[in-house]
Formats: sequence, structure tokens, C-alpha cells
Amino acid sequence: MAFSGRGSGHRSSRDSAPGPRFAVFALLSLICLYYDQRDGWLGSVRYALQGAAYPLQWLVNAPFAGWQGLRSSLSTRDDLRREIAQLREQQNEMAVVALRMEALQHENAQLRALNLAVPPLVTQRLAAEVINIELSPVKQRLMLNKGRRAGAFQGQAVVDARGLLGQLARVGPWSSELILITDPEHAVPVQIARNGLRSIAVGAGNSGELLLPYLPVNSDVKPGDLLVTSGLGGVFPAGYPVATVTGIKRDPVLLLTQVRARPLATLERDRVVMLLWFDATHAAAPVAPVASDTLPQVTLGAPTDAAEAEPSAEDTTTEVPPP
Amino acid sequence: MNFGTTRISGWLVYGTALAALLLTLVPLPNLLAVIRPPLLVMTVLYWSTLAPRTGGIFIGFAFGLALDILQGAQLGQHALALSFVTYLAVRLHLLARAKPLFEQSLFALIALLLYEFVLWAIDGWSGHPHNSVLRWLPAFSGAAVWPVVAGLLGRTHSPR
Repeated sequence: MAFSGRGSGHRSSRDSAPGPRFAVFALLSLICLYYDQRDGWLGSVRYALQGAAYPLQWLVNAPFAGWQGLRSSLSTRDDLRREIAQLREQQNEMAVVALRMEALQHENAQLRALNLAVPPLVTQRLAAEVINIELSPVKQRLMLNKGRRAGAFQGQAVVDARGLLGQLARVGPWSSELILITDPEHAVPVQIARNGLRSIAVGAGNSGELLLPYLPVNSDVKPGDLLVTSGLGGVFPAGYPVATVTGIKRDPVLLLTQVRARPLATLERDRVVMLLWFDATHAAAPVAPVASDTLPQVTLGAPTDAAEAEPSAEDTTTEVPPP
Repeated sequence: MNFGTTRISGWLVYGTALAALLLTLVPLPNLLAVIRPPLLVMTVLYWSTLAPRTGGIFIGFAFGLALDILQGAQLGQHALALSFVTYLAVRLHLLARAKPLFEQSLFALIALLLYEFVLWAIDGWSGHPHNSVLRWLPAFSGAAVWPVVAGLLGRTHSPR
């Protein structure tokens, strides 16, 4: 220690013991990790921190937003005229499609013997902008500029003009994190629009692709089939377009067909997305998942009369009668 | 020569770390995003080997936590990984400092791989396994650009 005599004289106590300091911070991190998994009191801490992080997100996004603003303010009269003409044309096309839409809705209601006007499924919609921020190159997530202050909630369905985008994974005061349907941790219950065959579409994680890993080898699926949400799972309502089937591989050795699908939503290029609120009483609204503790209790082991114990389709919530 | 008495202002350390954090968040095209060097980790490593008093484990923890929030990771994941490599850097700062740049890059590679390993382990334990080979690339790209980053950071303070 002879050569560092000058330095050790005013060594603060802070760096003299990196071991204990590290132990404290490691413990703190582990506590955070443990409670973050369990959605407990740490949820509010995270919520507050997410609010505190918003200025940083805004700062990173600012050059992009500024560039967009500059470009739109510098666009010439001719450009704007052309854009207006294009939009008018598009609007006319949409109006023609919507003309038939109302008639079809009435027809559908009559076919279902409801004989009354079907209330709109979507009660409220809110446009949110994508904040240009890198979350993680391996995760398929986006940051949106609307949070709980705007009424957004965890698990809310998000769409763009072409199809389903995903759902909100975490919601902060002014921003929220959208998990896309192509994320490897995301799965969306779908059905094939042509024949109603139900399955689950899992995100492939890269290059905007979905996989349907749970279809049997003899299932009726063709390239070009439209996949729509099936309404199961309790997050997305029924009937929203999700993807089109692009590739099918049937290997006689395997029991399952390998189906790939391309999302309809333009996940990579979206700058404005739509948050949706649904009428819970509507027939197509998402069915809330049943918690396991509200399921009927069946005592295992006791032999039951199959005909008697089989719960009928109408009242699955009632207790199974004892034998 | 007494490296231990180098005085580095705290503002400089926090400022450069904040800049590195912002650069980590700037969106890049797909390929570039995959090989983006972990600038925040490298900056924190640089300061904790050069000035272990100013840039200590607290900086690693605080900026790791900021990264957790901003990238939507699990709270504590990057905080743990970053305070771990900061701890190693503070502990071994005499070993890695004042070495040729090539050797420093090697140390940086080891530290960055350890950092990615901690992240990978936490991903696995918490039930979000992600085993793509791509996740190890930033460690190598970081080691490759270490001389540049160290050179740039070296210009921000007066030579020892």
C-alpha cells in the first residue's frame, strides 16, 4: 500500500467496500424481480416509474416527430391536392362497401332470429401514436403514446385499418406497451373464416409471421384462407381479421400440420393504431375467461354414473349432482 | 502515477451514461438493431474502471432499472445484470485499466458476455425463455467498437 498512500488518505467509504454495496443492490434487484412476476404492490411502483420515464421516451421520439412535422409543413400545394384526391377516392370506395354492410347486418340479425337491430360492438375507439423507441430487437413490441390517463387498460385490443395488431401488455400513465400478435409469447385464438375451424395462432417472433402449431394433419386448411379471431380467450372479440394462411406443410410422420400465416395488419409500418372498447353485452364481445375456482367441483376417485354426472351444455356452472 | 486520484466529475459520468441510454433507445432498422452495441453497458464499464468512486455500482443499478422500465423488461433484470458487471469492473479496475486497447476489448467482451448471460438466465428462470443465437451478438459488436467508444469517452475528460 506504500505507493498509494496519497490516495488512501481521502478514500471515501463508498468505494472501499464494493462487495456489500453490490450485495445490497443485487438483493434489491432480486426483490424487484420476485414481486414483478406477481403483480403485487410493485405494480404501482412500476406505474409511477413508467410515468417518470415518459419524458425520456418523448425525447427519443422528438427528432422523428419533428422530422414528420417539418415534412408535412413543407409539403407543397400540389402534393396536398393529390393526397386529397386520393383520400376522396378511397372514401368513396369505403362508402360503397359500407352500403352493403348495413343491409348485411340486418340480414344477419334476422337469420339469427334476433329480429332487432344489433347494437354496435365497438363502443369507443381511440387513436394512439407509436412512439419511436427500441424496445428489444428480439421482442415484437411497440410503445404507444396513450396510457391510463386516456382510459387504456391492460389486455385492451389494438387494431389498425387492416387487421388485429395485438393487446396492451403494460399500461403507464401516459404511455403503454403493445405486444404484437407476432411476438413469440403471444397467442391469439383464431378460426378459419371459410369453415369455422378453430385453432390458436402463435407469434413466430421474427419477420412478421404467425404459426398455427395445433392443427391436426388432416385438417381442412388451404393457402389463402382468412383467419379471424374466434372470440375465445377473453381478450379479442369474434370476427376481427388476423392473418392469411401463406404456407402449409403436411409431414406424414408428424401428427400436426405446420401452418404459417402472414398478419394482415401492417405491423412494421404502422404509425397510428386504434385502441378499442367493446360492448360487453354484445354477442361477439370477448367471453371473459372463467377462473378455475369458479368451475364446478368434481370429487375425483368416487365412481360416478356417467349419464347422470355429465353436465349439460346449458348449465355448466351448476354443481355436478352427487351420485 | 497514481490512477486512484483521478477526479472525474459526477455530472460527466451521469451525462454520458444518459446519452448512451438514449442512444440505446433510438430505433434502428432490423439488422442494425440486432447488432447494436450495448453502449450504456460499455459507458458504465468505462467509468467504473477509470473512476470507480464516481461511477460505482449505484450507477449500474440506477441505469439498469431505467432500462428495465424503458424497454418493458422485468423490473430488476437489467438492474441486476448491470450492477453485477459494474461490481466486477470496480473490483478488477486495476487489472483492466492501462492495458493495450486490444486487451481492453477482450475484457469488455468477457464483461458483456457475462451481462448477456445474466439477462438470459433471468429470462429463462422467469418463464420467458429466449434462446436465439442473435442475443449474444451485441457482446461481440460491443467488444469490436470498444476502442472507438473508449477513445470518445477519453476525450471528454482531461488525460490523467
